[in-house]
Amino acid sequence: MLAYYFELALRSLRRNKALTALMVLAIALGIGASMTTLTVLHVLSGDPLPGRSNTLYAPQLDPRDMTGYRPRAEPLDQVTWIDGMNLLQAKRADRQALMTGGSVAIQPAQSALDPFYQTARYTTADFFPMFGVPFRYGHAWGASEDAASAAVVVISSKLNDKLFGGRDSTGRIMRLENHALRIIGVLGDWRPNPHFYDLNVKNYGADEGVYLPLSTSQDLHLAHLGGADCWGNGGNDATHTAPCVWLQFWVQLDTPAKAAAYRQFLVHYSQEQKTLGRFQRPPNVRLRNLMQWLDYERVVPGDVQLQSWLALGFLLVCLVNTVGLMLAKFLRRSAELGVRRALGASRRALFSQLLVEAGVVGLAGGLGGLLLAYLGLWLVRRQPADYAPLAHLDGAMLLMTLLLAVGASLLAGVLPAWRACRVTPGLQLKSN
Amino acid sequence: MELRPILSTLCRHKITAWLLILEIALTCAIVCNAVFLIHQRLQRMDIPSGIAEHDLLQIKFAYIGDRPDAYAQAQTDLATLQQIAGVQAVALVNQLPLSGDAMSNSGIKLRPHQRQNSLEVASYYGQNLLATLGVRIIAGRDFQPDELIDLKTAMPALHSNDMKNLPHAVIVAQAVAVRLWPGQSALGKTIYVGNDIPLQVVGVMAQLARPNMLQMGAQYSIVYPIRLTATEGGSYLIRTTSQDREQVLKFALAALKRLDPNRIVLEQRTYDELRHESFQNDRAMAGMLVGVIVALLIVTALGIAGLASFWVGQRRRTIGVRRALGATRADILHYFQTENFLLATLGIALGMLLAYAINLFLMLHYELPRLPAIYFPAGAIGLWLIGQLAVLGPALRAAAVPPVVATRSV
Repeated sequence: MLAYYFELALRSLRRNKALTALMVLAIALGIGASMTTLTVLHVLSGDPLPGRSNTLYAPQLDPRDMTGYRPRAEPLDQVTWIDGMNLLQAKRADRQALMTGGSVAIQPAQSALDPFYQTARYTTADFFPMFGVPFRYGHAWGASEDAASAAVVVISSKLNDKLFGGRDSTGRIMRLENHALRIIGVLGDWRPNPHFYDLNVKNYGADEGVYLPLSTSQDLHLAHLGGADCWGNGGNDATHTAPCVWLQFWVQLDTPAKAAAYRQFLVHYSQEQKTLGRFQRPPNVRLRNLMQWLDYERVVPGDVQLQSWLALGFLLVCLVNTVGLMLAKFLRRSAELGVRRALGASRRALFSQLLVEAGVVGLAGGLGGLLLAYLGLWLVRRQPADYAPLAHLDGAMLLMTLLLAVGASLLAGVLPAWRACRVTPGLQLKSN
Repeated sequence: MELRPILSTLCRHKITAWLLILEIALTCAIVCNAVFLIHQRLQRMDIPSGIAEHDLLQIKFAYIGDRPDAYAQAQTDLATLQQIAGVQAVALVNQLPLSGDAMSNSGIKLRPHQRQNSLEVASYYGQNLLATLGVRIIAGRDFQPDELIDLKTAMPALHSNDMKNLPHAVIVAQAVAVRLWPGQSALGKTIYVGNDIPLQVVGVMAQLARPNMLQMGAQYSIVYPIRLTATEGGSYLIRTTSQDREQVLKFALAALKRLDPNRIVLEQRTYDELRHESFQNDRAMAGMLVGVIVALLIVTALGIAGLASFWVGQRRRTIGVRRALGATRADILHYFQTENFLLATLGIALGMLLAYAINLFLMLHYELPRLPAIYFPAGAIGLWLIGQLAVLGPALRAAAVPPVVATRSV
C-alpha cells in the first residue's frame, strides 16, 4: 500500500514541477540554515569530558575587599595564589589541581628551527589523572616532582611532531626560556573543547604545547598568560601576594554527598579567612560542576545563539510557506480525492496518501538541506572565529537533519491533508 | 476598486489566506530585527578610535629570559626608530584602541573610601603616547618628561602603597570629564584609583577609544604617566604617513632586529590591519545576516507567487466570466494586486507586533537596544513592494485569461 501511495505521490509531484520544486527548495533552505547553525551550537555546547564532567567542580571564593560590594553578587571565577595553595594543601577533594596559563619561548636544539613561542600550562600533578589526559609516551609527574619543583616537562603530540618528528622524546632535554627541562611524557590526542579549565586564554581551539609543574614555573619566573582580576592596590600582575586572582582551581568529587561537604568546607574556609582578616566580605562561595560552569561562563558565543534563533525563525517561515503551498495543491485535487472516496477509499487512506506525498517532499528537501548544511558549515569554517575549525557535521547531526526535514514536512502536511480529506465525495463528483 | 468581492473570496480560503499573512508577518518581524542587528554591527565597526589610524604602525616583540637592561634598551630602540626616514614620532605603549586584546582597566572613585567605583575606564600608559597616536589635548597639558615613572618602580610602590613612587598626574578623555564633572572644568580635579591613590587631572584629551568591552562606554579612557618596556608587554608604535608605512615598517623591523637579534616578532602590522582584524567577527556576522535576509525574502516572494498562481489557476473560470461580463484586463490585474495588498497589510501589522516582541526578547538576552521606530515604516514599505512584485506575474497571467473561457466547461 505504501509503495502505491509513494508512486501516486511521485506522479502528483511530477504533475506540477514548479510548485514541487518550490516546496522542496523552501524546506531545503530552512533545513540547511537551521542545521548549519544547530551543528555549530551542538559542537560548541558539547561536553568536553564526557563521563567525567559530572564529578569535576570549579570552586569559587570571594576574597575581594568591600569596594564595589553588593550582596548576592557572583564571586570571582579564579583564585589567588594563597587561596589556591590553601585549598590544594587541604586535600579535601578526591583530586585537586591548581593551575594557570603561560607562554614560553622554546629554543629547539636543531639550528634549522628559530626559537618560537608556545602556550603552556603550569599545573599541579592531579591535572592529568583528574581530566583523564591520555599519554602517547612516558607519563605525568607526581606530587614529589611538584614538591621538588623538578625541571620536568610534558609536551603535546603536536609539539613532539614538530621538534622530534613524532619519535619517543621522553628523557630528552628541551630548552625553554634559557632553562633545560627533561621531557618525561608526550600527550596523546587531547584537545578538550571548550577549553573549560581556563576560559581566559581562548575558549575554543586552544593549543597548549607545554605542561610543567606549577612550582617549577614559579621558580623559573616563567611568564603568566591569561586573565588577572585585581582589587585594591593590585596592579595587573600575577604574583603570590598581590590582591589578584589569576589561577584556576579544579576538584574532583565523586559523589553528590562529597560535593555538598566540599561546599560546606568552602564556606568554613571563607569564614576562617574572614576571621583572620584576609577576607572582608561575608562567605560567598559557589561550587559548579563542569557543565554548570560552562553555562555560567557563557562559553557559547552570543552570536552563535543568535544565529540559531535566526535560522529557526527562517525554518518556521519556510514551513509556513510549505503548508500554504501544500494546502493549495491538495485542495486543488479535491476532484481526484472525491473520486477515490467514492470508489471506497476511507478518509484515513486518503490522509495517509497525502502525508506520504508530504513526506516525499520532506525527504527531497532534507537531502537538499544536507547539501546546503555542508556548504553552510564550509562557510562557517572560513570565518575568523576561534571555534570555526570545529564546525563539522557528525553522524548524529546528519541523521537529525533528515529526521528534522521529514518530521517538519509531515507536520506541514497534516493540516492540508486533513482539510483535503474532508471532501464530500458526492458534491465533488456532481460539480464536475 | 470594490473591496467586497475580494474579501468574500478570501473568506472562502480562510486558512490559505491566514497562512500567507502569517508568512509575511514572520518575514517582516525577522527581517526588521536582522536589519537592525546588521546596523548595530556596522555602527560598532564604525566606532571612532580618536587616533591617526592610517599613519600608525605597531611592532611587538617577545624576549627570551630576563632582561635587566630593558629600560636602556627601550631608549636606544626608540632613538633608532626616530632616525628612520619618514618616521614622525615613536612611542612605547601598553595597549591600542579597538585592538580587542585583553585590556588594562581602572575603577575611578571621586572621593576616598567610596564604596562603589564612579566609572570603569581603560587605562593607557607609555612613553610619548598621545603625540604619537595623534590625540589632541583640548584642555591643560601633556605629561612632562619628569612626571613619567617606570613601570618597574611603580609596581612595587603600588603594592607597598608608597605614594612617592606612584604617578600623581592623569589625563582623562573628554567623555570621562563630561561624565564625572558635567558642566565643570576637569582640570585640577582629583580622582582616586586602587586603594585611594590620588591623581590630579592635568589634561583633557579629545578622544581615545577602549581596546575592547566597548559596551561599557567606548570612549571612557585615561592615561597614566608611566613608562614601560617591550619586555613588560609594550608595543612599539610608529607614526609615519599612509604612503610610507609599508616601507617604514620594513626598515623599522630591520633596525630593531639589528640592535638585538635575540627577540621574537609577535606583531608587525599597520593600525588599519589591526582594526580590520579586530572587527572580523562583526563583519562575518553582518555578512551572514545579509545572506539570511536575502534567502528569507526570496522564499517569501516565491511563496506569495506560488499561492497566487494557484489561485489564478483555480479561478480561471470566474475570471473568464468576469471578463465576459465586461471587466477589463486592468480590472482583473488590479483585483489580484489589491488582494495581495490586503494580505500584505494584515501580515505587516501582525509582523510589527512580532518584531517588537522579538526585539524585547533580544534586549533581555543579548544586550541589544530598542528597535528604532523608523524600522516599522521601512519594513512595511519593503514588504509591500516585495508582495506586489511577487504577485505581478500571476496577476498578469490572470489578466490574460480570455473571456471565452467562461463558455467552456473545464
